[in-house]
Amino acid sequence: MMLRLPIGLALVLAATVLLGSENLVQFSDESLRIRYQALITELRCPKCQNQNLADSNSPISQDLREEVQRMLEQQMTDVEIKYHLTSRYSEFILYRPDVNKTTYLLWGSPVVILLIGLIVALRLNRRNTVQVVSSGKTQIDNESRLAELLESGEDEK
Amino acid sequence: MNRIALFLPLALFVVLTVVLLLGLDKDPTELPSALVGEPFPVFSLPALHDANQILDEQDLLGDVVLVNIWATWCFACRIEHAMLNQLEEQGVKVIGLNYKDNREAAIDWLKKRGDPYTFSIFDERGRLGIDLGVYGAPETYLLDAGGTIRHRRVGVVDDRVWNNEFRDLYAQLMDEKR
Repeated sequence: MMLRLPIGLALVLAATVLLGSENLVQFSDESLRIRYQALITELRCPKCQNQNLADSNSPISQDLREEVQRMLEQQMTDVEIKYHLTSRYSEFILYRPDVNKTTYLLWGSPVVILLIGLIVALRLNRRNTVQVVSSGKTQIDNESRLAELLESGEDEK
Repeated sequence: MNRIALFLPLALFVVLTVVLLLGLDKDPTELPSALVGEPFPVFSLPALHDANQILDEQDLLGDVVLVNIWATWCFACRIEHAMLNQLEEQGVKVIGLNYKDNREAAIDWLKKRGDPYTFSIFDERGRLGIDLGVYGAPETYLLDAGGTIRHRRVGVVDDRVWNNEFRDLYAQLMDEKR
């Protein structure tokens, strides 16, 4: 009774695995498969915005995976394959686009923001140190004032 | 000096707000066009109405043409079809690129809804689609008489889109041709 749910889940999972293996891609050389996997995880599906070709089931992703496979079999290099696709689908299709005039903001802004953060942190830190010094000074002032008061109090007795 | 520095966060906030507001108007599904200004890709594909007739990029030369990517499975193409019929009546040369479709269904569709296309290219596997960077139908390309892509529209061409994006450029290209 208790086992029904886990067994059911396992069956469903097994079924999806079987469905997935139906579309296994064949390569003439197994080393191409490694490059194929790397490429389709780095290339972005043009239709579905935030999925790579490997994860997307959209027809255009299937076509583009086939296209990548075809180009790999034609002995094209990774750079050539990426160039082939960006010249058609623009740099949108690359998850790691080259640095150029349209992407310098994308690549540069994290560095700039980090620098701003560092500057702010340093300045805040310095201000705090200054405050510690000044409070130390007031403490000394207070102590000497206290001592003075105590002394003058003793005098009055 | 310090007083001004106090307003820095506010200024940053305003700048960020403006940038993000401008971003709201942008359509994230619209990809930049890689092919505008480039010649129409080389292809060799059968005609929709006659499997034995082979068409290629030479067939697009000599006239200012619209190349419209369509399919019977594409819902938005239904909406667009009336507009294409209308453009054809106005004398605009429209060429169809039937994309990943079934030949009989496509011919049937044109019989029912009217055929605005001078001819239709039959791209069953979507190979020319990939060369064009097509990622969904409908798409429409405006080509000059020399076969260079001058404008690309992803999505439906309706009155508003035609008037905003195509009409002036089309007139200009027609002038250039003369």
